[in-house]
Amino acid sequence: MAQLQYKAVIGLEIHVHLCTETKMFCSCALEYGLEANSRVCPVCLGMPGVLPVMNKHAFEYAMLTALALNCEISRFTKWDRKSYYYPDLPKNYQISQYDLPMSRNGFIEIALEGGLTKKIRIIRVHLEEDAGKNLHSAKGFSQVDLNRAGAPLLEIVTEPDMNSPEEVRALAVELQRIVRHLGVSEADMQKGHMRFEPNINLVIDKDGKDCKTPIVEVKNLNSFRALERSVAYEIARQLDEFAETGLVMEIGNKTTRGWDDANEITVLQREKEEAHDYRYFPDPDLVPVEVSDQWLEQIRSRLCELPIKKQMRYVSDYGLSDYDAGVLTAERAMADFFEEVVKDGGEPKRVCNLLTQTGLKLANEKGCSVAELGIKPKDMAELAKMVEDGQVSATASTTIFEKIVETAKSPIQIAEEFNLVQKSDAGELGKIVEQVLKDNPQAVDDVKSGGKKSKKARGFLLGQVMQKTGGRANPKVVSEILAKKLT
Amino acid sequence: MKNIINEKQVRAVAKLSRLDLTDAEVEVFSRQLSSILEYVEKLNKLDTANVEPLAHCLPVSNVFREDKIKESLGVEKTLANAPQRDGEFFKVPKILDDSSGA
Amino acid sequence: MSDELLNLSCKELRDAIAAGRVKSVAATETVFEQIEKYEPSVGAYISTFKEQALTQARQVDDKITKGRPIGALAGVPVAIKDNMCITFGATTCASKILENFHAPYNAAVVERLLAADAVIVGKTNLDEFAMGSSTENSGLKKTVNPWDLSRVPGGSSGGSAAAVAARMCFAALGSDTGGSIRQPASFCGTVGLKPTYGRVSRFGLVAYGSSLDQIGPVTRTVADTALILNVIAGHDQKDSTSISEQIAPVCDYLEKLDEPPKGLKIGIVPQLNEGAEQDVRKAIGEALEVYRNLGVEIAEITMPHFDYSIAAYYLIATAEASSNLARYDGVHYGYRTPRPNDYIEVYSKSRAEGFGGEVKRRIMLGTYVLSSGYYDAYYLKALKVRNLIRGDFTKAFESCNCVMMPVSPTTAFKIGEKIDDPLQMYLSDVYTIAANLAGVPAISIPCGFDSKNLPVGLQILTPAFTEEKLLRIARMYEKQNQWHLKKPALIK
Repeated sequence: MAQLQYKAVIGLEIHVHLCTETKMFCSCALEYGLEANSRVCPVCLGMPGVLPVMNKHAFEYAMLTALALNCEISRFTKWDRKSYYYPDLPKNYQISQYDLPMSRNGFIEIALEGGLTKKIRIIRVHLEEDAGKNLHSAKGFSQVDLNRAGAPLLEIVTEPDMNSPEEVRALAVELQRIVRHLGVSEADMQKGHMRFEPNINLVIDKDGKDCKTPIVEVKNLNSFRALERSVAYEIARQLDEFAETGLVMEIGNKTTRGWDDANEITVLQREKEEAHDYRYFPDPDLVPVEVSDQWLEQIRSRLCELPIKKQMRYVSDYGLSDYDAGVLTAERAMADFFEEVVKDGGEPKRVCNLLTQTGLKLANEKGCSVAELGIKPKDMAELAKMVEDGQVSATASTTIFEKIVETAKSPIQIAEEFNLVQKSDAGELGKIVEQVLKDNPQAVDDVKSGGKKSKKARGFLLGQVMQKTGGRANPKVVSEILAKKLT
Repeated sequence: MKNIINEKQVRAVAKLSRLDLTDAEVEVFSRQLSSILEYVEKLNKLDTANVEPLAHCLPVSNVFREDKIKESLGVEKTLANAPQRDGEFFKVPKILDDSSGA
Repeated sequence: MSDELLNLSCKELRDAIAAGRVKSVAATETVFEQIEKYEPSVGAYISTFKEQALTQARQVDDKITKGRPIGALAGVPVAIKDNMCITFGATTCASKILENFHAPYNAAVVERLLAADAVIVGKTNLDEFAMGSSTENSGLKKTVNPWDLSRVPGGSSGGSAAAVAARMCFAALGSDTGGSIRQPASFCGTVGLKPTYGRVSRFGLVAYGSSLDQIGPVTRTVADTALILNVIAGHDQKDSTSISEQIAPVCDYLEKLDEPPKGLKIGIVPQLNEGAEQDVRKAIGEALEVYRNLGVEIAEITMPHFDYSIAAYYLIATAEASSNLARYDGVHYGYRTPRPNDYIEVYSKSRAEGFGGEVKRRIMLGTYVLSSGYYDAYYLKALKVRNLIRGDFTKAFESCNCVMMPVSPTTAFKIGEKIDDPLQMYLSDVYTIAANLAGVPAISIPCGFDSKNLPVGLQILTPAFTEEKLLRIARMYEKQNQWHLKKPALIK
């Protein structure tokens, strides 16, 4: 089958769980992984006579996020009821925002290949409450757990500005980075803190005419991998479907498909008998929110430098690679720690290496973040300097790093205690080199002769010096001395 | 009396409202609702082109709550009125589609 | 002795109990004797709590003996409409769907009554989910008017009004969405106040029309209304729509009650009054004469949009109700149908079997007017008309301090008279609905009897958060008559 020319058009609807202490409209704690129905009160249970009261932090987190996404904050915003019946929605309506969302018209910048960036426009960001969970028991009935019902949810809707699975993934990753940096959400996809629903269709060139395939919404994505693969799958599937049926987009033929992670395909969900009529109307139990200049500025002042800007700054100011800068800015705490160390005099590239290699390894082993390892920034700066000056070898620095974490002693103390201080004194080393050269005349000849044996012999002589110094000679210095003496 | 809301529409609304109606009820409601809807048409006599809708009587905005945890009901009290339960869950007949209603 | 006791007002009883002249236990026992005698005929109560009430009464008497501080309603037996949640009994809303529902919390007003040391007698009957004007829509039992057992007590707080009129409690709480306190109060010859929207917390009041509902007292005297309002009024953190103390501070409504406001000017709308029955018009006219003789100026005003209030109300209230009642689905609490074929039938059958006809009608009407394609024409339009109606009040209050009119076009009608024509029933709310739409406070006070010896009520309305003045206006009239001392023949 000849490949049709096409453009993929993808928009994303994202739900982000805010990490406030309590739910959106009641004071139940937001905790995960607990016994079912243990974090429920009359309000989030939707009992007769209860009333919602808005969580101020949740609204402020929403404002912070909207500002970070370059949105306009609405000065007047209100709450609406979105009606539908489902067992995990106790009131059978969700408190959400319809025609006057708390913010609109923003954008998010994603990194493309080759250092380019692309702006993906954001239509709106609004707040709502989450539903509980339905679980399908094997015994032929369903179970309902309302612990999550009422949790504060940020809904972000983008324009269909993405054109490839990679771009979709890049947006998802960047959004995760931003909300984590702001501290408004843990954004752990596995825990369900972030949910993505891509809307995908294709614009296919058929005989010079643009044909649009029907829009498909994909649900049930639990990882970035699933997100990327589902988009890729859908693109291919829609191409095939169009080639077979020629079906184009019409009003009302948008469908929903669920992602089957095991088989890596999307599956059409049961056709709804009627399209949802959500019957939105203003919630009479909640009053509107008016955002004053003062409040807005207060929130704006809490806006930190965004991760992508930080990343670009590390590249331009410190000469780090894009990749390394990305690793350092994946988590806010790591980036903050890095900057503290640099402020204390650590050479940025050296510090970066230490943190991203040994640091991350240790952190993973301990199940915490690098910043939580308990190292003082000035100790890390000192260690970096010691490596930079050749006082310890790079290998030794790994050991020292580990010991700092274990013992909380300073780097120089540990280096001395464990005999890791490198010998770098040219005079001292020179004497040892002289001795080694005298003891190994054959090798000296091999080096001087040039050819294949020369390199091997050079390495042998270096090894001998290292042996004589118990591995503590600075190999760089030794090499230099050898080079001079063997010319 | 005009038949503003016919039986087909009554059935559609009953479905949206999750109310199982008998045929007799559908017929009666169609008549009664039509009569009420006919009455409310008098509102169209008023020119409201330049009038703002009044959803809230009160001149109030920005009512918030501090983000402080208060004790939840606990599993037993939460499920105390449940018509059917399965351990610590509410129990319903199997829900067939995976999607939520949204 | 018991007769004398039951004739005391709440205030008089509370003072007597505080002074040690009467024991709360005695008052409570007397109330329960009265209930035993007349409840079989009147049917005001869905549930009563004799044991608990006596325990509460004993505790109050004990506090007094020990000289400990006591609350404003100490020892007074009161009843609560069965759409306000309590932890110590069921809250049924007179519906099969909540027949066995036990709330794990008390409504805010209930907490306040308990803190004031009131004795809770029981939960009174109502139209199912407060939807109705006669209490005939109750899904659980029938309540009749103590003045004439073949007639309705009014609704939806019919049980509360009947209980107070029959002296089966000293006062009761009701709720008012379109007249549901005022109309039964007038049908049963009692005082009934709908406070300003936001004056009393709605937390724990089972919602019907959330932007219209308010809880208020049903009592025999204006002073008792002031006493209870003192206890229940005030900001509640759990109700986002309850007004803050900064914007509208609560005052002591009893303090200046007997001082008539100076410079009083009453506004009346003659065209409106013409819609009432002759006997009602006569009684209203005579009441206005009393005010005139007290030196009050009476002026004719217009309220050009008043006539549209029923139409606007039945769109707004039913829209909100359709959403508020969506939660009754047999899943988390309440009635569940015994044999659903799938999970959708859990909803549709439970609701069909659990709700009565009027409730279903309003849910469907509300769903319809909110649905796609109809929202602008119906719901949005109604909200705009609501603004116009509020404008009528604002304008009226520029030239007068209060407006007076009948509470209902008729006195208590016969049981079954209007039940078959919903629209006819709705039209009887013509005088009361506007106050809910505009959010202003309104009171019904007894102003006489018709030729059938049925009570007539006078309605007084004032601007938002002026209950203090409203009660003084009511009191100045009450002082001039003895209507509130008359008793139904049944209990003489």
